Amino acid sequence: MIREASLQLSEAVQQKSMNSYLNESVRDIKPSGIRRFFDLVSTRKDVITLGVGEPDFVTPWHVREAAVMSLERGKTQYTSNAGLIELREAISNYLYSNFDVGYEPDKEILVTVGGSEAIDLALRALISPGDEILIPEPCYISYSPITVLSGGVSVGIETYAKDNFKLTADSLLKAITPKSKVLILCYPSNPTGGIMTYEDWEPIAKIVEEKDLIVISDEIYAELTYGTKHVSFATLPGMKDRTILVSGFAKAFAMTGWRLGYACGHPDFISAMLKIHQYTVMCAPSMSQYAALEALTNGLEEKDKMIDSYNQRRRLVVKGFREIGLECHEPQGAFYAFPSIASTGLTSEEFAARLLEEAGVAAVPGNVFGLGGEGHLRCSYATSVSALTEAIDRIGNFVNKLKQS
Amino acid sequence: MTGLSEFQLKVLALLQEDARTKPELIATMLDVPVTEVNEAIAAMEKDHVIVKYATIVNWSKLHDEQVTALIEVQITPERGRGFDRIAEMIYLHPEVKSLYLMSGAYDLQVEIEGNSLKEVASFVSNKLSTIEAVLSTKTYFILKKYKQDGIIFAEYESDHRMSVSP
Repeated sequence: MIREASLQLSEAVQQKSMNSYLNESVRDIKPSGIRRFFDLVSTRKDVITLGVGEPDFVTPWHVREAAVMSLERGKTQYTSNAGLIELREAISNYLYSNFDVGYEPDKEILVTVGGSEAIDLALRALISPGDEILIPEPCYISYSPITVLSGGVSVGIETYAKDNFKLTADSLLKAITPKSKVLILCYPSNPTGGIMTYEDWEPIAKIVEEKDLIVISDEIYAELTYGTKHVSFATLPGMKDRTILVSGFAKAFAMTGWRLGYACGHPDFISAMLKIHQYTVMCAPSMSQYAALEALTNGLEEKDKMIDSYNQRRRLVVKGFREIGLECHEPQGAFYAFPSIASTGLTSEEFAARLLEEAGVAAVPGNVFGLGGEGHLRCSYATSVSALTEAIDRIGNFVNKLKQS
Repeated sequence: MTGLSEFQLKVLALLQEDARTKPELIATMLDVPVTEVNEAIAAMEKDHVIVKYATIVNWSKLHDEQVTALIEVQITPERGRGFDRIAEMIYLHPEVKSLYLMSGAYDLQVEIEGNSLKEVASFVSNKLSTIEAVLSTKTYFILKKYKQDGIIFAEYESDHRMSVSP
């Protein structure tokens, strides 16, 4: 009886909207478009999905084993706030030997809960109310919401397929105002697969210097480039002090669920971020840190095999889209193709919804990634060759049907 | 034996994953003209690097009574010919699915398939044990196959990812 009464009471409370109690910024943030699309896909069975933003490899066995061994040995305590010093040393060596950037393990590197936390910390540490944050789009979905949550104003900069979705000096200059403070870069790009070469970076670095900007460079896909090596923005002359480099283990080492990333930069930036980090999460999970240490120590060979395999599948999907008649720029990084579906006359959302409904293929509509995403579809090729071949067939039939109707 | 080129190894890896992968698809994935793929495959077939394009069957799905056994065989090697001639006498039998020369406590491992326990027993007593060089045999029947040639037979969901993620 009593239980029933209290149930009824709580139902009544639930019916009353509690939204007025929420923080205004949080209330006004729209739920992620990806989430909405996920809910739609979940209602369907027998769907081939190109919507997955994570590797289709399982974390290499010896890396998993390192985590298990850390548990068996009882290494289950907090680590230092900035992360295990051995891990920071390994990160420092890895970045130096692979990307030519040198960071001091003891004061320039911070181990975080995924690259996501590093981005959050960097933005919170830098933004004062009203600061404008420049974000080339289409881009990963979290930059703008985190900017807003930190009290900043997000300013999108559209990039275009005709430029292979590179950031150009012209469009950057146009977006800069006296309030501009931070430029967020994500190359290789999720969702476009676009990359920036040294020559592409040079004019951008010049502007960053002239306009006194700070750069948050999200280089989580740095290992996944095809035919050309990733150039870290921090390697450009004068840029190291102005750049907070963010990366992690998820994409290169197939370790998404471990939630382990890192930020590197000027000691003043890192110690400010460390303050927030120590009061919010204390430290990244210890078992993940031991696994990451193993990945950097003995996992580089597997990484290269995975990259080779992505490259093979990349060629398959790009050729597939072009044969269907969908324009597709050459994605040179990450594991996404971003074909244009504008020729079908449908919007991204219409195309994606009908593709799911009529052809049983899930891919993420480009508009959820911001400016310049409309008219495109993000297709992850981190899935099996047989699934990709079948998906391309189905998309081809669907597009043909659209053209005939 | 001549070594394979890196390119041939890549072709081989794709075919090993799925023997039905078309040469055109392999050519696209490896970014070469299809003629190069065809040539590589032809060369490997000729050299018996690629021996056969077979199908891995999960016979347990058919509820048939087929029996598989592994037999450890100890033999006396022959002067000048070692184990090879005796191995040949064994592997020529069609019931023999595989035959390996082993290091360790015994010499040959024979895998045989039959339609019943009786059939396997009769192979061992009538055909295998009667070979003069065979000193002893130990027969082990396989009760259940969990994995064969890298393929897991049990119902097993290998992709744990969410269908859409950022």
